[in-house]
Amino acid sequence: MDEIITQVQPPHLYPAYKSTVLRSPTKPLLIVKENLKNIYLPVYGESVIGKYDNDLTKNARKDHDPIGERIKVSGKVMDEYGKPLRNVLVEIWQANAAGRYIHKEEIHDAPLDPNFLGAGRMLTDNEGRYTFYSIKPGAYPWGNHYNAWRPNHIHFSVMGHQLGHRLVTQMYFPGDPLFDFDPIYQSVPVHARHLMVAKFRMDWTEPEFALAYEFNIVLKGKCQTVFE
Amino acid sequence: MQDKKLPQTPSQTIGPYFAYGLTAVQYGYGFSSVIDNNIVTEAAGEAVIYITGNVYDGNGNTIHDAMIELWQAGTSGSYVKNYQPQLPFKGLGRYGTGTDAQHQFVFKTVKPGAMEGQAPHINVMLFMRGSLHVLYTRIYFEGDAANENDPLLLSVEPERRATLVALKTNNTTRQEYCFNIHMQGEKETVFFDL
Repeated sequence: MDEIITQVQPPHLYPAYKSTVLRSPTKPLLIVKENLKNIYLPVYGESVIGKYDNDLTKNARKDHDPIGERIKVSGKVMDEYGKPLRNVLVEIWQANAAGRYIHKEEIHDAPLDPNFLGAGRMLTDNEGRYTFYSIKPGAYPWGNHYNAWRPNHIHFSVMGHQLGHRLVTQMYFPGDPLFDFDPIYQSVPVHARHLMVAKFRMDWTEPEFALAYEFNIVLKGKCQTVFE
Repeated sequence: MQDKKLPQTPSQTIGPYFAYGLTAVQYGYGFSSVIDNNIVTEAAGEAVIYITGNVYDGNGNTIHDAMIELWQAGTSGSYVKNYQPQLPFKGLGRYGTGTDAQHQFVFKTVKPGAMEGQAPHINVMLFMRGSLHVLYTRIYFEGDAANENDPLLLSVEPERRATLVALKTNNTTRQEYCFNIHMQGEKETVFFDL
């Protein structure tokens, strides 16, 4: 059972997600000797984070608050043994409330929000915690197959302490009806999909202000940090 | 701290729309960037090299929505411990393939020094729409004698070692190396299980 639970990662080739067909390696990955793979990534200075970098409701505000349901997304970054990882660079990007990305190549016929960019970044604190304020992203259509829609999600890029612990993932929202139709979400084994779904936290909700979600991130490996 | 291992968070694709978050300045979006393609920012003079290349899909077409990160030691062979965007040598770089007409990436850096019995090399992390994982590889440098004895290169089948070696270009205005990444096909790049 333990063995099955550790297999949480998607394959490289997942044909239902069509772009993987020409963009995934066909040969087995090279096994790298232990002494060649423990390469530390740097520690980040406070100067990499600006004042509103973790508040997407403010960091692109021009004259009004962005439209949509205000949310707080918070969680802990840990290694596989539950040890909190501090000073981890967490970067996020997402669609706006209407399901529109600001990216220039995005052609979905939904409005842009002049007061919302959809990008943020943060360093985890001493307890491995991060918190973002944002707007709940909308679902949007994509060209993978007829009538394909992505579930609501926030993209996460996480720079752990070691090279091999780099993670890019997507956070989903609980109970999304599009889970049953999304090959990117389904590329992950059934028993592990819940690990990408945030938990609604009524107790973290800020009354009269924002609903709260918890999204914990477990990076590969056991980290002996440079702080020890 | 607990004894039982927690399941890792599964990996997902970076998707096509990472640029305004991760490489905003390069693409001209209204957000700052803390990691860019100037790994060396000072006028490092003759030590400066440029690394360019393309990422090719299984049909041999250039990929215009990939993101590449480099992490490397400096000329002394040691890594930067504290990253600051304003450091003269940062060691860490990031660039997307979507702003050049030929979908090339380019990094301004220095050739790293050798370290602990390894040939000079740069660690590569590659992301793109259609890839559900970060892909790791390394850039070695054409003509470096230490390549012959590098333990990682030697662990690769001889006929695939060339996929990890950047070639010196004939650009006469600057020191330039070309490192192309092939997702599939005869020249499929060796990717690592880290």
